[in-house]
Amino acid sequence: MERFYVFLQQLINGVSLGGIYALIALGYTMVYGVIKLINFAHGDIYMMGAFAAYFAALWLGAGFFGALALAMGACLILGTLIERIAYRPLRNSTRIAVLITAIGMSFLLEYTMVFFLGARSRAFPELLPPVRIDFFDGRVFITGKELLIYGVTLFLMLALQLIVHKTKIGRAMRAVAFDREAAMLMGVNIDRTISVTFALGSALAGAAGVLVGIYYGAINPLMGMTPGLKAFVAAVLGGIGIIPGAALGGLLMGLIETFVIAYGQSTYRDAVAFALLILILLIKPTGILGTNAREKV
Amino acid sequence: MRQWLTKTNLLVGLGLAAFYGLIQILIQAGVLRAFHQVNLITACLGIIMAVSLNLITGFTGQFSLGHAGFMAVGAYFSAVLTVRGGVYSPFSIVAGGLLAAVFGLLVGLPALRLKGDYLAIATLGFGEMIRVLLLNAKYVGGAAGLFGIPRTVGWTGAFFAAAATVLVIRNLLWSSYGRACIAVREDEVAAELMGIDITKYKALAFAVGAFFAGLGGGVYAHYFYGLQPDNFGFMRSVDYLVMVVLGGLGSLTGSVLAAVALTFINVILQQYSAVRMILYAVLLIVIMIFRPRGLMGSRELRIGRGGARKAAGDGAAGDA
Repeated sequence: MERFYVFLQQLINGVSLGGIYALIALGYTMVYGVIKLINFAHGDIYMMGAFAAYFAALWLGAGFFGALALAMGACLILGTLIERIAYRPLRNSTRIAVLITAIGMSFLLEYTMVFFLGARSRAFPELLPPVRIDFFDGRVFITGKELLIYGVTLFLMLALQLIVHKTKIGRAMRAVAFDREAAMLMGVNIDRTISVTFALGSALAGAAGVLVGIYYGAINPLMGMTPGLKAFVAAVLGGIGIIPGAALGGLLMGLIETFVIAYGQSTYRDAVAFALLILILLIKPTGILGTNAREKV
Repeated sequence: MRQWLTKTNLLVGLGLAAFYGLIQILIQAGVLRAFHQVNLITACLGIIMAVSLNLITGFTGQFSLGHAGFMAVGAYFSAVLTVRGGVYSPFSIVAGGLLAAVFGLLVGLPALRLKGDYLAIATLGFGEMIRVLLLNAKYVGGAAGLFGIPRTVGWTGAFFAAAATVLVIRNLLWSSYGRACIAVREDEVAAELMGIDITKYKALAFAVGAFFAGLGGGVYAHYFYGLQPDNFGFMRSVDYLVMVVLGGLGSLTGSVLAAVALTFINVILQQYSAVRMILYAVLLIVIMIFRPRGLMGSRELRIGRGGARKAAGDGAAGDA
C-alpha cells in the first residue's frame, strides 16, 4: 500500500512539472509551426518571465495574478521585439542562419541578465499562502501551489485552443503553418501572423516562468537553458507543430522525469529525457500525434 | 597521374613549415609565454573541430549539434588509455579518434532517417547523453573529473594535428567522395538518381568528422591535464558550430579563419569578462543579419590560381 501512496504522490508532482513543460513546449511548437525555427531563445523568455514576476512582486507588491499578468505582458512585448529585430530580417535566409541568430539571442538575454543581476539564485517571493490538502492521512498531499499550476495551465491551454480555432488570427496562424505561400496569396498578412504567434508563445513561456518560480521558490538568469531544451524535446515528442501534441509531450516529459528521479537516479534525469527523444525520433520522427508526410520530389 | 609536387603545394607546405618554425622559435626564446601557448593551442583545437564539423554540416548538409559529444568520447578514451593503460599517448589519441568514429557511425546510421532539424535535435540529444553518462561514470571520475593526464601534447602536437585534419579533409573533399558529399547536400533525390549511395556518404561524413573531433578531444586531454564532463556540454558544440557558420558553410579556409579569429576575440574580450558574452552574442546576431552565409560563403582562399575562388559546388548549404 505504501508503494501506491508514493506512486500517487509522484503522479501529482509529475503533472505539475509536466504542466510547466507543456506551457513552454506550446510556444516552441507554435513558432516552429509557422516559421520552422527552433527558437532557442524561448527558454530565456521563460526566464525573463520569472524575473518580471519577481520584480513585480518586489517593487510593486503585486499579488500572484498581478505578477502573472505583468510577466505575461512583459514576455509578450519581448517576444514580439525579438522577432522584429532579430528574426524578421532573416526571413529569406537559410534556416541554419536563423538558428544561429536564435542561439545568439539566447546568449544575449542570459548574459545581459547576468551582467545586471549576477548569476546567483534569488529566492522567489511567497505569493501564495501555504495550503495543503491531505489524502490518506497525509501520506499523499497536494499543495495549493500545485492546484494553482494545474488551474493556470489548463486555463491557458484552453484559451490558446480557443484563439487558434475560433478567431480570425488563429485561422491565419493555421493557414501560415500549413502553407505559407498559399496563405500569402490568399491575402493573409504573414508578418503580422508571425508576430502574433511569437507574442502568444512568449506570453505562455512567461506564465511558465512565474509558475516555476512559485513551485521551486528560486530563480536565476541561467534557469532557462535546460528546461528550454527539455520543453523542445517535449514538443518533438508530441509532434512538433501540433498544439495538443505539445501539451501531451510536456505532460509525459514531466511525468517521466519525476518518476526517474523517484525510482531511479536523479543524476540520470537529463539523459533519460534525451534517450527518450532519440528513441521517438527513430521510431516515429513526427511525434506521437504526428502524421507521416510523404516526400515529394 | 597527377603530379603532387606542384608549385602551389610546395608553397603551402613551405609556408606552414615556416609558420610552425617561427612559433616554435618564439616559444623556445621565451617570447611566447604559457598564456600565449594556451591560446595558440585553443586555436588549433578550434581549427580541428570546426573543419571536421564543416565536413558534416557544411559540405554534406547534415546539421549536427553534438560535436562536443564526439570530442568527449575521444578525450576520455585517450585519457583512460594513457593513464590507466599506460599506452604511448600519440597512439591513445588516435585510438580516441577511432572510437569517436565508431560513435559517429552509431549516430550517423540511424540518424540517416532524420532530416534537418530532427537530426539537429537527435545529435544534440546524443551529445547531452554522453555528458550525463560521463557524469555518472565513477571509473572516469564522474562529475569531479579525470585528472593527472600527462601533458604530452604541446604546440608541435596541436599544430600537426590541426594541419593533418585540414589536409585530410581537404583531400577527401576534392576527391570523388567529396563531390558525392556535396551532391548529397545540394539535393538528395537528384544525387540518388545519379547513383550516389546517400547512406554511405552520410555515414562516411559522420565517421570522418567524428574521428577528427575525437582526435581534437585527445589533444585537449593531453594538453589540459584534466577532463570534466561539463567541459563537453551543449555550449561547446555551439561554439564550434558558430565557427563553421561564421566562416561559411562549405568553406574550409573560412572555418580555419573563423576558428582563429573567434579564439582571439575571446581572448581579447576576456579582459572585459562582464560584457564578454554579451558582445559575443551581439556579434553573432549582427553577422547573421548582415552576412547570413558567413564571412566566406562557400568560397575558399587559394594560393596560386587567382586568389579567392568559388569552391566545388556553388551555393552554400541550402536548407541545412
